[in-house]
Amino acid sequence: MTTPTSTPVPPHADRSSEGAPRTAAKRHSTRAARRREGRAGFSMVAPALILLLLFLVIPVLLAFGLSFTNARLISPNPPRFVGLDNFVRAFTADPVFVRSMINTFVFAAVIVPVQAGLGLFLAVLVNQKIRGVTAFRVIFFIPVVTSIVVVSILWRFMYQSDGLINSMIDTITFGAWQGMAWLNDPSTALGAIIVLSIWQAVGFHMLIWLSGLQTIPEELYEAARMDGASARQQFANVTWPGLRSTMVFVLVTITIAALGLFVQIDVMTQGGPVNSTSTLVYHAVRKGYRELETGYGATISLIFFVLVLTIALIQRRLTRDKD
Amino acid sequence: MTTDSLTERVVLRRRKVWSYTAMSALAVIFLFPLVFMVVSSLKPDSQILADIGSPQAFLPVGDISLDNYFGVFDRVPFGRFLFNSVLITVLTVGFGLIVNSMAGFALSRMRWRGRSLVLSLVIATLIVPFETVAVPMVYWVSKLPTLVMEGGMVKYDFGWLNSYHVQIVPFIANAFAIFLFTQYFSTIPKSLDEAARIDGANWFTIYRRIVAPLAGPAFATVAILTFLPAWNQYLWPLMVVQQESLRPVMVGMQYFFQLNTAWGEVMAYTSLITLPILIVFLSFQRAFVSSVAASGVKG
Repeated sequence: MTTPTSTPVPPHADRSSEGAPRTAAKRHSTRAARRREGRAGFSMVAPALILLLLFLVIPVLLAFGLSFTNARLISPNPPRFVGLDNFVRAFTADPVFVRSMINTFVFAAVIVPVQAGLGLFLAVLVNQKIRGVTAFRVIFFIPVVTSIVVVSILWRFMYQSDGLINSMIDTITFGAWQGMAWLNDPSTALGAIIVLSIWQAVGFHMLIWLSGLQTIPEELYEAARMDGASARQQFANVTWPGLRSTMVFVLVTITIAALGLFVQIDVMTQGGPVNSTSTLVYHAVRKGYRELETGYGATISLIFFVLVLTIALIQRRLTRDKD
Repeated sequence: MTTDSLTERVVLRRRKVWSYTAMSALAVIFLFPLVFMVVSSLKPDSQILADIGSPQAFLPVGDISLDNYFGVFDRVPFGRFLFNSVLITVLTVGFGLIVNSMAGFALSRMRWRGRSLVLSLVIATLIVPFETVAVPMVYWVSKLPTLVMEGGMVKYDFGWLNSYHVQIVPFIANAFAIFLFTQYFSTIPKSLDEAARIDGANWFTIYRRIVAPLAGPAFATVAILTFLPAWNQYLWPLMVVQQESLRPVMVGMQYFFQLNTAWGEVMAYTSLITLPILIVFLSFQRAFVSSVAASGVKG
């Protein structure tokens, strides 16, 4: 409409040097419009971009930079470069760090398969077309909208030696159970935290699995039934292959969240008893904030960051394979 | 043929019974701690402990009162904590909707130099969990410049600690929200923009008058997904706010434990901050559910 030439010109393609018969004025006005669009585009993205740079990119770079220094949170002296001292200290001279790393891995190793599996089980249950199923979906999701701080306090109360959990076990076993203080025993504390963490978060992953399940076309199930496939065979040959990308997403989000375990520890055990529940993030905050050793705290954060990055790259590899 | 459909019906019936049994058992597991919390908040501490061994732990019977709730308001400045949390959450979500949707608009519908660079930066920052940068960020915000009023004069100072803005500004831009807006905006036909351009509209007008009104579901999804983390913030305010009058509800509760633990009052506190969220969730559960599902569509 605006260009009376016979060749259609895509609105944004740079054709100014080609031989399309255009007047100089018109060329000038499209170039001006493009320049305006460039300025407008950049100014609309600028607030978000500046904030992301200030509060995400720079802190990541700072984690890198500070981990090679002896920076302190409150100190009159400027940070001094100390080379790899902090890393050497973490792996050779700080048993609490090593313990925290092992605890974090144990936590993730249990949480990831159990929470993903349980989430899928719940999703299959609430994906049936039977009456009242929406109410169950909502109920299973309620702990997710409950703050993890609240959940941690509530379970801390229930885990006491004279608390609700012990009295329920006592009832089920007809009084054979001797109550125990779950969070005060190094052999049970981490396990107790694992249970409530799954209870709180599994509803979220149920919904992710559910949205994956609902993308599988009903015709595939009909076809499978016509061929006489049992419920189990339908799951193995129709459902499971259709859930691959959902599975990668669920596993990666649970893993990254599990590696970041902090609130439950801070509210329930403060890393104890005898560091049996200390985690990477908890240790980073203890050192880098509470003990004011920003440089060393940054080192621990950086190690945690590298772990997360590795997992994200594995995810990229796995999802790319599919295409 | 008839026997076939008969056995099929029996199998279906049996599966239904089994499903309802399993779902009901699970519902009990998911609900009992919360019922216990609310019921205990109505009882004096001695009765909570006495009831624990019996089903009465889950029933509001016996010496029922709102004493624990009055206790919460007496012992800690609960109203102040609540005001702080609401203020921080509303401003974080509100500014976030504006800033992130504008960025999503520019990234999905406009051509400008550096666009693909910014888009890959946004996607790269998607995977950075806040916990990885929390410790260096405390150091960083303690060095940022700020304006302070001093004796009627505006002065220049350093350090963002102990303020409202330190709890809001870092969380406004959100890579995931930008990503969702970019995805959603690119599904709206671009011919709308071109028509408006011909009518002389500038880009900001196109964003505000044409594209944003068509993206209601995207705004709702981002609002829901940024609301919960803002309300639940714990680690960050724990580190950057020591002043009691600026603390949000989640950290205010930690202060509660420094007094000797009165569990009835603690349960009243946790009920007070949980029930409003549960009511919001139950009224908008359809929107919540579809928002969470949307977050998993493309990781």
